[in-house]
Amino acid sequence: MIPFATWLALSERLVRLSPVDYAVIVFYFALVLAIGFYLRGRANTGEDFFMAGREMTAWVAGLSFLSANLGALELMGWAGSAYQYGILATHWYWIGAIPAMLFLALVMMPFYYISKTHSVPGYLKLRFGEPSRIVSAVSFAFMTVLMSGVNMFAMAKVMQIVLGWDINFSIWVSSLTVAVYVALGGLRSAIFNEVLQFFLIWAGALLIPILGLYETGGWSNLKVLIAQRASVEYVHMWSGLGSFTTNPMGIHWTGIVFGLGAIISMGYWTTDFLVVQRILTAKDIRSAEMAPIIGAGFKMFVPLIVILPGLLGLAVLPMKLTAESAVVAGGHSYNDVLPLMLARYCGPGLLGLGITALIAGFMSGMAGNVSAFTTVWTYDIYRALINKNASDDHYVSMGRWTTVIGVLISVGTAYLVMQFASIMDYVQALFSFFIAPLFGTVVLGMLWKRATGQGGFWGLLCGTVSSISMWAWVKIDPSALRYVALSPDAKALAQDMYQALWSFLVCVTVTVAVSLMTKPKPDSELTGLVYGLTEVPSIGNVALYQKPIFWAVVVSVVLIILNIVMW
Amino acid sequence: MHNSGISIWFFIGLSLFVNGLLITGAGLYEFVAPPANPVVLHQLHAGVWWGAILTTVGLVYCVKFTPVRQA
Repeated sequence: MIPFATWLALSERLVRLSPVDYAVIVFYFALVLAIGFYLRGRANTGEDFFMAGREMTAWVAGLSFLSANLGALELMGWAGSAYQYGILATHWYWIGAIPAMLFLALVMMPFYYISKTHSVPGYLKLRFGEPSRIVSAVSFAFMTVLMSGVNMFAMAKVMQIVLGWDINFSIWVSSLTVAVYVALGGLRSAIFNEVLQFFLIWAGALLIPILGLYETGGWSNLKVLIAQRASVEYVHMWSGLGSFTTNPMGIHWTGIVFGLGAIISMGYWTTDFLVVQRILTAKDIRSAEMAPIIGAGFKMFVPLIVILPGLLGLAVLPMKLTAESAVVAGGHSYNDVLPLMLARYCGPGLLGLGITALIAGFMSGMAGNVSAFTTVWTYDIYRALINKNASDDHYVSMGRWTTVIGVLISVGTAYLVMQFASIMDYVQALFSFFIAPLFGTVVLGMLWKRATGQGGFWGLLCGTVSSISMWAWVKIDPSALRYVALSPDAKALAQDMYQALWSFLVCVTVTVAVSLMTKPKPDSELTGLVYGLTEVPSIGNVALYQKPIFWAVVVSVVLIILNIVMW
Repeated sequence: MHNSGISIWFFIGLSLFVNGLLITGAGLYEFVAPPANPVVLHQLHAGVWWGAILTTVGLVYCVKFTPVRQA
């Protein structure tokens, strides 16, 4: 018998698949294509194709909402971050997600739902007018296909490293599969596959923490092992955040609470159309409010299959993982920790299921990008600017072609990234520029009736420009980090937190200032769009346990308890 | 989602059921013919019991949401 570390060093790839593993993967591809063909007959109208008929239950919409964010790169990246930074990475799943999801459910969802908008840019049109919609729609559409291409390349690269697959093969097989099932079944098909992916991810990844905790002798022993191999700070979520220098991430608690919890996560979970689109498909207002709460309930436990494998890797893997830039021949990077743990515990079949979960995560993430792009292009750009009065059939046809074209642009971007790798860093940074200011604009629009069209437009523009300027400032002069992130010791993630916080404040300040200097819309034009002027429909006379507020309180209490336990 | 056509939960049940059967089969094969380079904790035969759990859950979903019963 060859020891695990020796076997791994002898392999030119991280894992080797057996015939049964390939059978599991082939079955997955066959099933998603079958779902696409089956659903093609239920995507004939605009509402069907772009909004899945607005007939999803709270469970389907909620799991799809969560899955749209559970991509393969997300799983592997955060498992790697857990190895690198310890349990601090869990903040991105708890305070960096749950409060925002509950805020979306209880405060913002009624307005998105009542306005019957097809998209977040569509809401901006109703609330602030055409210029705000165009800024938001064009930036979203552009960034979405670019992000899709970047993720496609990154995933193909992962498949090359992990399985030894050819990059061209990975790109074309996965992208053509996504193009077929989304073009045929529209958003409903994307949602079906996202829910399927949710189950595959849990089925494929849950075994790692179970076997890992068995091997290490339980959570208490795991903490001792991590303290020996790294530092005791790796297993505390809050106790090391009093200073930038007393935790592995180089971040202060204000960055986590105000930058991540209050701005970045709020911006992402409440205004990124990729995830919000899933909730807009809910069949009624109660389902629309329950869906993000169901998503939040499951999100709380995702660290079990993402963060815990990273921590277990820190404790049990015989080799030391390094940053991507420092990997030497035969070595592995932080991002390899999840495949390494899969290879450690999973035999034939189980390994195939784990790899299928990663492929499914990637493909459904791409389908999410493409379906959101298709909706924004068709409704917020094509119909708004190019062809206002076409028939419903025409827009559905445009949606199907846009799906194919969106996938092809993504493939083109993937090949561009292959030639110029630095594009990847720029695109990922660019995407984050729009999130925080957009949240400022949308939330002010919903909560403050005095906000005007000009205020919303200039606030969004100035917030975005300020975010880009801060990023460029630090890029040109790294010493500027002490001003942007409040400390020269701050690391990249900490910089993102503060950059988001400042750009949000710029957006809000400009929106308020310009609004106070311009003429507001009459109240009659804001009905259904703003708090205080809108009667939110009752969810009916239902039992306490069926009320969204009840489950929001339950999720909040569990979140607080978990944070105290892991303090 | 259950009122017209095949429910999404049926597809999920089908996926878990087929994958569970494949994994259980591979686990049983390794049980009788141990591999030369086994994974860590091979002695727990995770493939057998994890595959059985997936098969069972998948079967329950398939039966509960089978299109014939829905119709």
